[in-house]
Amino acid sequence: MHELSITQSILDISLQAAEQQHAKRIKVIRLQLGQFCGVVPECVQMYLDVLAKDTIAEGAKIEVIEVPLRVRCLDCGRESDIDRRHIECPFCKSIRLKRLSGREFLVDSLEVDT
Amino acid sequence: MEIKVLHQVMEWNEDVSAQVRDVLHGSKVCMINVMGSPGAGKTTLITSMIERLRKEFAIGVIEGDITGQIDAEKIAALNIPAVQLNTDGACHIEAMSIQHILPQFDLDKLDVLFVENIGNLVCPAEFNIGEDFRLTVLSVPEGDDKVAKYPLMFTDTDCLAVNKGDMLPYFEFDLDRVRADYRGVNPEGPMFVVSSRTGDGLDELAAHLAGRIRAALA
Repeated sequence: MHELSITQSILDISLQAAEQQHAKRIKVIRLQLGQFCGVVPECVQMYLDVLAKDTIAEGAKIEVIEVPLRVRCLDCGRESDIDRRHIECPFCKSIRLKRLSGREFLVDSLEVDT
Repeated sequence: MEIKVLHQVMEWNEDVSAQVRDVLHGSKVCMINVMGSPGAGKTTLITSMIERLRKEFAIGVIEGDITGQIDAEKIAALNIPAVQLNTDGACHIEAMSIQHILPQFDLDKLDVLFVENIGNLVCPAEFNIGEDFRLTVLSVPEGDDKVAKYPLMFTDTDCLAVNKGDMLPYFEFDLDRVRADYRGVNPEGPMFVVSSRTGDGLDELAAHLAGRIRAALA
């Protein structure tokens, strides 16, 4: 349900960045999504199709760069990508981990016509 | 042509959340975000915690609901300042709503502010609201698969209360499975089995919360 307000925020960020570069049209909005952030890209696309009407982002496509859930083990010191359902170090089974990535939610970049 | 943006999308909520935390800490108030499904027993558990903690702390409550005043009236009946926050359809509380509602409390006269979030196991976990810590409530009749199915609610919390523990003999509910799943996603989070009906486990939970509140206010 909150994908609506999230999409408005994505659109605002994108329009502002495009304007600063004097772009005429936004063709692609690329998002960085951590595996842990819980956003549904299809849903964002649907809202964007409506919200972006009559702006330079009308018809823009959402593309996703997935960011893995990466941790560093505080016991053996090794880094690994893990599954959010099995939070343990795959090498030494320790559960003392530091999350390095996985909750990202950013507008990464835009493809624009100038 | 490509434009690099690298702009955090949820920043607005994170910014407001930090502002709320600053206001609360300025008045020495500890905020506890209580989350769980509809019917898990959040309101009743908050009521039991108020009874056990009110001798030591001055307590206020923000009752989040999509609509209606039912829960705020229950809390106000205890002579505790309670404000209803209606989200008009939204499935979670955002920091902005808390910021708007804080002026309704005399913060200098409070030590603890409980926020009962909207009954939902998904969205509330994704939004910080300026809380010092989170309490997730799961009840036995909901089933023992909930931690595995809704991991974020149990990962991004500081404490889990398994409520309606007196119902364990009547449900196919494997407490060890919940404990193992919770350990898996939240290795350091404590878990309490409680029953608001019989009172079992409530003193232990209250003692734990009191310790955390003292640490937050120190």
